Amino acid sequence: MNVAPILPEIILGIGAIVLMLVAAFAGRRSGGFTSWAAVLLLIGATLALIGAPSEAGAVYGGLVTADFFGAFGKSLIFLASAVAIIAAHGWFERGTEHSPEYPVLILFSALGGAVMVSAISLVTLYIGLELLSLAGYVLASYRRNDDRSAEAGLKYFLLGALASGILLYGISLLYGFSGTMNFNGIAAAFERGGPPSLGLLFGVVFVLAGVAFKISAVPFHFWTPDVYEGAPTPVTAFFASAPKVAAVLLGVRLCIDALGPATDAWRQIVIFAALASIFLGAVAAYGQTNIKRLLAYSSINNVGFALVGLAAGTPVGASSVLFYMAVYVVMTLGAFLCVLWMRDKDGEAVEDIYALSGLSQTRPAFAVALAIFMFSLAGIPPLFGFWPKLLVFQAAVDAGLVALAVAAIVGTVVGAYYYLKIVKIVYFDEAAPAFARVRQPVQGALIFLAAVAVSPLGYLLIGPLQSLTDRAAGSIF
Amino acid sequence: MIGLIAFYLFATVTIASAIAVIFARNPVHSVLWLILAFFNAAGLMLIAGAEFIALLLIIVYVGAVAVLFLFVVMMLDVDFAALRSGFTRNLPFGLLIALVLLAEIIIAVSAWRAGPALSGAGPREAAQPNIEALGQALYTRFLYPFEIAGLILLVAMIGAIVLTHRSRSDRRPQSASRQIGRRPEDAVELANPPVGEGMKL
Repeated sequence: MNVAPILPEIILGIGAIVLMLVAAFAGRRSGGFTSWAAVLLLIGATLALIGAPSEAGAVYGGLVTADFFGAFGKSLIFLASAVAIIAAHGWFERGTEHSPEYPVLILFSALGGAVMVSAISLVTLYIGLELLSLAGYVLASYRRNDDRSAEAGLKYFLLGALASGILLYGISLLYGFSGTMNFNGIAAAFERGGPPSLGLLFGVVFVLAGVAFKISAVPFHFWTPDVYEGAPTPVTAFFASAPKVAAVLLGVRLCIDALGPATDAWRQIVIFAALASIFLGAVAAYGQTNIKRLLAYSSINNVGFALVGLAAGTPVGASSVLFYMAVYVVMTLGAFLCVLWMRDKDGEAVEDIYALSGLSQTRPAFAVALAIFMFSLAGIPPLFGFWPKLLVFQAAVDAGLVALAVAAIVGTVVGAYYYLKIVKIVYFDEAAPAFARVRQPVQGALIFLAAVAVSPLGYLLIGPLQSLTDRAAGSIF
Repeated sequence: MIGLIAFYLFATVTIASAIAVIFARNPVHSVLWLILAFFNAAGLMLIAGAEFIALLLIIVYVGAVAVLFLFVVMMLDVDFAALRSGFTRNLPFGLLIALVLLAEIIIAVSAWRAGPALSGAGPREAAQPNIEALGQALYTRFLYPFEIAGLILLVAMIGAIVLTHRSRSDRRPQSASRQIGRRPEDAVELANPPVGEGMKL
């Protein structure tokens, strides 16, 4: 048996099991070691993507594929997971038990994400999704003495189970009416002349509803603000990045690979979800004063833009989605790392946006970084966040969806309000009590790197990133 | 002949223990009777040639569901006397459900006899037994998702431990090295109290 195509998954799986044993026997003291070992494992798995895992094609009887699309997604997921582990450094240490298990659960979650983005069969798709989600449910309620965290975990678990049920129902319909679990087989069933049967269409709707829940697209977004607010901040940073990339890429592969011949059937669903997410994400964030809730609505809003690219259903569209997700991950992780640094004098975490008032006077560098992330998330031109938005609109216009692109641009303008409000609070309000200094040089370096990447300097990355996303999108068509 | 005897044995014990589940006064006894019923139903499946379902019955129903019932019955303070007092009140409703079930069973059996699609009784005899066929599929074609499913169970286990286990500070575990390292002079005090004065502590 040839294991080279799934080498990254094997590294993560075995590494996570070994770290679990270390955590079990060494106890609380091993927190630092397991964290850094997990980061190294994730980097190692990313490096292992070079070569066979990105071009071996379908393996294991057509259950998984090792193509460049999967490799692109995996590298995003692994690096985002590594940042989420570093973000937790110094967060769980004070008085919490079981800090060594946190990186282990993140590793398993990243493994689930890797399985999702390389799945070309409904069985693998579901199994990967469950692995990712189950680890996520535990992570959401990781601070079990905190009522909000427990509530977040319970909500996430119950609604996630419901979404899994919907997804499974759709999978069973697709399987029943096409007779196969493989994406190619399902595509062939759609191509088989005449309008697709009602059963297949119902299957498509239910499967897309399940996926929409996982990417928190409207109308399946209700859990997002509560879970993001209640979960510990490093976990929220993780939720907003790696699982979201995995689910969006899974959706892209599913729509293009398996449902490609039925583009007309799913396009209207995706367009509705995209526009509803953009507008609800923009409007509902209006009255929020909790920065984590605000960023939750921001993530709903951003997923809407990514779906605009998917709605195009063309190679250019898929490439723009990949580009969007890559930049989105950097922006959102940077923003959440800034939130992690919001600590009052006693070192307690603060989440109120008015605690940021006048940050530019007390902590100028921090304020600049936060402003860069906010401007970039809003998609205001000189910053790099503008470019992926332009790409998805371009893809939509090229596919003839001019109305969709125009509506999405209007949504961008509406959404810019609350990002700019944060910038206004940071720069023009009376100074609030200064935050405590956080001594985390690695996190500081990451914030700096992320801020540089999404600043106008990021435009230098367009060439290489564009060629990567084009190649990745080309591998699923 | 032995097959017939086995069938009647399993069938009689299944029905008898099912009746005992309802009539047992003690809920713990009810659950134990239920386990016996599951075991005998598994025996019936074995006779029918569905050995995989037989094992599944034992593993899932006896191993997980019935034991869970037992835990719930023993750990929760359910007042069964109060539950039983509503017997006559709920009797019409229970009878209605029983009638619906009976009608469905009769329809199912008659349809099974009449239907052209399903002919013959019991599963077809294959060259390869069920368990072997399932094992072959799981360990060859579906090896990849099977392994990932194993990891899902592992995550569930880690999650349960992370969310519920807490090391308590008021616990006093046995420390063998401290016990062995204890010297007589630490533990025993010899005194010679004078007569009439007693011992000073």
